[in-house]
Amino acid sequence: MSARVMVAVAAALACAALAGCGERPQSEATYKQGKYQGKPDTRPWDNAPLAYGNNKWTKGDKRSWEDELKGRTLNQNENTRIGQ
Amino acid sequence: MARMKFLCDAERCIECNGCVTACKNENEVPWGVNRRRVVTINDGVIGAEKSISVACMHCSDAPCMAVCPVDCFYRTEDGVVLHDKDLCIGCGYCFYACPFGAPQFPQAGAFGLRGKMDKCTFCSGGPEPDGSEAEFKKYGRNRLAEGKLPACAEMCSTKALLGGDGDVIADIYRQRVTVRGKGSEVWGWGTAYGPPQAKPAAGSKS
Repeated sequence: MSARVMVAVAAALACAALAGCGERPQSEATYKQGKYQGKPDTRPWDNAPLAYGNNKWTKGDKRSWEDELKGRTLNQNENTRIGQ
Repeated sequence: MARMKFLCDAERCIECNGCVTACKNENEVPWGVNRRRVVTINDGVIGAEKSISVACMHCSDAPCMAVCPVDCFYRTEDGVVLHDKDLCIGCGYCFYACPFGAPQFPQAGAFGLRGKMDKCTFCSGGPEPDGSEAEFKKYGRNRLAEGKLPACAEMCSTKALLGGDGDVIADIYRQRVTVRGKGSEVWGWGTAYGPPQAKPAAGSKS
């Protein structure tokens, strides 16, 4: 009886150890050398500004988005913020 | 617009790791992965200790792109180097190629196998639809699509870390350097209290 239990426990342990060897496939693509094969990305200015917040740019207009971001970038310069 | 770049001012960085925390929080980066970290040299040596915040520098000629065997990298029109995690095989070549150690590999699977590469995205997500849950889970927040700059740079308390258009942040840094001078003026008495005042004449009331 105890031998059967031992065998059952050993089998269970073996199954548990074997389960660790399982690996999910991480790749879903076929590759071509030297060329980006991924999904095409959208551009940031193709989004509308958030409903909340102070961002203002025209959806799809790269220049207005750049101006918006430039203002935000310049806001990092505290030398120009002192005294405002 | 030129290219999106980071610029870290080693004279200002105080090693607070606020940028690291901001990045971790904004992008919900998993345990063990550091898209950004602060490197300190001459630690503890007074006057010689310098810290700098390092992440993916979004190289113009990125070595990670050059060595990737499955070509999962791409560069956006703003010069941000991104990658597609659906293609990445987690081989680690990009980690060896990168001079900044930017590519990070989370543990995956039962034995802690190397997972797909994860790195700084300049807070601009990935090739998934902007602002989608899939994009957030794989790449983190897409702040550029919201008209914002990377969280690390915007959170920096001393404004040591600048992020944005390379030309603009270079102008900010250039102006800063010309204003602050050099030596002890950078961080010492002169910066805190201004230049030494002329002593009041003898007998006058102070």
